[in-house]
Amino acid sequence: MSTTTPASAPAKTNRIGLEKSDYAGGKSTLCAGCGHDSVTNHLISAFFKSGLNPAKVAKLSGIGCSSKTPAYFLSRSHGFNSVHGRMGPVATGVKLANPELTCIGVSGDGDTASIGMGGFVHLLRRNVPMVYIVENNGVYGLTKGQFSATADLGTKSKSGELNPFQTVDLCSLAIEMGCTFVARSFSGDAKQLVPLVEAALHHHGTAFIDVISPCVTFGNHDGSTRSYDAVREHIKALQELDFITPFDEIKVDYKEGDGQAVEMPDGSWIRLKKLDQRDHNIKDATAAMTLLHQARDKGEILTGLFYVNENGKDLAETLKLPKGEPLYAMNADKLKPSRDVLIKIMQDFR
Amino acid sequence: MATKVNDFVLHVATANGSGSQSSNNVLVRSLFRMGVPVTGKNLFPSNIQGLPTWFTIRANANGFTSRRTDCDVVVAMNQASAVQDIQSVKPQGYFILTDTIKLTEEQRRKDITIFDVPFKKLADEVSKSAQLKKLLVNMIYVGVVARLLDIDREVMQAVVTDMFKGKATVVESNMNSINVGYKWAEDNLDYKNFPLKAQSVPGGNKNKILIDGNTAGALGWLFGGCTFVGWYPITPSSSLVENFKAYAEKYRKDEKGNNRVAIVQAEDELSSICMVTGAGWAGARAATATSGPGISLMAETVGLSYFAEVPAVIWNVQRGGPSTGLPTRTQQSDVLFTATLSHGDTQHPILFPNDPSECFEFGQVGFDLAERLQTTVFVLTDLDIGMNLWATNEFTYPDKPYDRGKVLSAEDLKKVADYGRYKDVDGDCIPYRTLPGTDHPSAAYVARGTGHDEKANYSESPVVYKKTLDRLKGKYVTAKKYVPAPIIDKQEGAKHGILAFGSTDFAIPEVRFMLTQKGLKTNYLRLRALPFTKEVDEFIERHDKVFVVEQNRDAQMATLLKSEYPAAATKFVSILQYDGMPITPTHVFKEIAAKENMV
Repeated sequence: MSTTTPASAPAKTNRIGLEKSDYAGGKSTLCAGCGHDSVTNHLISAFFKSGLNPAKVAKLSGIGCSSKTPAYFLSRSHGFNSVHGRMGPVATGVKLANPELTCIGVSGDGDTASIGMGGFVHLLRRNVPMVYIVENNGVYGLTKGQFSATADLGTKSKSGELNPFQTVDLCSLAIEMGCTFVARSFSGDAKQLVPLVEAALHHHGTAFIDVISPCVTFGNHDGSTRSYDAVREHIKALQELDFITPFDEIKVDYKEGDGQAVEMPDGSWIRLKKLDQRDHNIKDATAAMTLLHQARDKGEILTGLFYVNENGKDLAETLKLPKGEPLYAMNADKLKPSRDVLIKIMQDFR
Repeated sequence: MATKVNDFVLHVATANGSGSQSSNNVLVRSLFRMGVPVTGKNLFPSNIQGLPTWFTIRANANGFTSRRTDCDVVVAMNQASAVQDIQSVKPQGYFILTDTIKLTEEQRRKDITIFDVPFKKLADEVSKSAQLKKLLVNMIYVGVVARLLDIDREVMQAVVTDMFKGKATVVESNMNSINVGYKWAEDNLDYKNFPLKAQSVPGGNKNKILIDGNTAGALGWLFGGCTFVGWYPITPSSSLVENFKAYAEKYRKDEKGNNRVAIVQAEDELSSICMVTGAGWAGARAATATSGPGISLMAETVGLSYFAEVPAVIWNVQRGGPSTGLPTRTQQSDVLFTATLSHGDTQHPILFPNDPSECFEFGQVGFDLAERLQTTVFVLTDLDIGMNLWATNEFTYPDKPYDRGKVLSAEDLKKVADYGRYKDVDGDCIPYRTLPGTDHPSAAYVARGTGHDEKANYSESPVVYKKTLDRLKGKYVTAKKYVPAPIIDKQEGAKHGILAFGSTDFAIPEVRFMLTQKGLKTNYLRLRALPFTKEVDEFIERHDKVFVVEQNRDAQMATLLKSEYPAAATKFVSILQYDGMPITPTHVFKEIAAKENMV
């Protein structure tokens, strides 16, 4: 393996003076080689690079292997490992009670696409400002290998069963539901996933990332469409991504070149460089749907950022919540109407 | 027949969706403003238009305003129910019949007086529009009834004016219709000798308001500091949230027009309670309102709230169960299910308001308890309280500060040596919580529904697990110190007790009055909360028999009592009503009298 020496060593601390280890969590209890552990590491990298204060982050999850992972990153953040399929609505409540929190939800394909499908689609409709990650392996790991709703049609389970049902494509579903940031990545692709998560953390609205994350124990055999080998064989990255914050010193003219650039509301940028012959405009939801359908028909696992819209109204805005004054912190002085108001109201009931 | 003043039951039968609601409100509200003790109950079908619906008004000078089934006057406007309606008139009573309804000679009872009123012809006098006539005919019966009962016309004018505030032509057409009915009765009926009369009571209802429990509960949330509502519409609870929303629109805006509350209509009750639990975990005073089927769906998350110790408030406006049951009828049949809702060993504090005034009060109390005890607190009302009109005590302004419970800020944590989220520091089994966003190195923890130790770390240790379960049990015992104590009313020399709660309460004074007349004295305990407090212990101890009156089939409160007080199990005698209709004192009296061999 050849190595190149970087021009300058990466900074040990981020812009708020924290080291990467300050974003670490507890020890994972997942199987060795689990894709989810790689995702955890990429999340740690993305949070470190983002320079967010971990104390101001809330980690949410449901039930399943993926839902255990919030314990394995950001130990300085509060976490809520809730009930199966309900990460979405729990996160909705958390975020509205305290919009100053950066909310990241980690769910699985069973948690989101089966038991939690109702909550998931409605969360997207409402555009709850949060990062929603699905660690997607197509199987129920904790209950030993049953198919989930995202298992591909015809994929083989470890016990030899073939899946007779159509798969749920979470990315096209998310676009259909009006999600304003839709991406897919692979647990083994740090180069793509880290900037995607960074971008998601800066997105205005729900940022959904479907991360293909193979199950080493129940999905890594011949005949499984989600084994490491099968994924590596069929994966196709649409773009190369860079995420640049206003704090970065890189100056680039994003308008030029062979890629696209998206400005985020806080002045940061996503820079996309085309890796594929397909020209995809990531601001075009209809084109994204077509792209995803065509990729699926070809048996391709297409990754990248498919759709982004920074101009949507998020739920906190729809509900006209006060900025800089979270609901949880309000007390009687802000909440309790006066004695005169009560007297006035009672006049209507005489 | 001697004249009875301010003592009658008036029952109106119409078709659902025909617009009789306002007319019935004019009658109740006018009587209320005259100072007469009165209630109005809407007995309606689960239907938008067409099925039979009834409105029953009871006025009683002694304040006995629970439902009675023996009606003095019945107004029959609905062909579909007329044959049944005529049977609800008590002997020597009155039946006001629209001439469009055809009854056979046999069906026309001879032991009552029937007034055939040409409502169709009278309606022709008030409007040319068929649609308006359909609505206004209801005001015409108001006029007929008002003439017979002597309801003050000036008061009615004021009520109608207030009811249709700012709509002068609507006020005029309604008053005109009332006057047409009034005049017809004056010209055609011997109203002077009509034996039932309403009479103004100076100072009557002085400190009362006429309101339903759901509106009162909504105001309770408003003043009690509710900042988050996740809900899913379900009869009979929807009007609680809808009223809250309307009041919040008015009274929860900041200077910039932003909302100091978030109200989210969820996709189902699974989500609504999860949103509430998330918001409660993040520190908001969060609530939902629902009814039976919603409670079933919320069960799993209530267990999470219990085990992870997250505050939440659930108002259950009970309806007839099981399953979809009777969505528009009343019952107290979720008591047992709610008390231990969710799988595993769980116990929840429950509040039982008896009327709108207490619904208002428990608005704040619910949040105070949930935040103090860090758990789900239920408020159980029912359709009768929630959707019917009650002359209730004026609301007392809640001066008490909000109890936000044991929450440690980053500043507080500087003084804490070894913080543990689930550590019982004070010996009351209530640990200290931190809210997400608290910027201190020891603040963060992972809340979870799985086994956990004092530091909130995942644990399967038998010792740790048992210790947690025991502490939670201890916390339920601690709740006794915080929940509202029962209200006890005694009669000198009584050996028997009566125990009731919620909407059943309003029948009890009349029951006791009837029992006293037959020589049976009773003491009465109105239960206001679970867990049972020491006052309940003492009450049971002191009586040789306790009649437990409730509106369900399986004696659910009595079951809880027998389990809590096994040594006293034989003292409890259940008196039950579970036909979906608001409880009647007559039924309760008869049941007790039969058990005591008094009849």
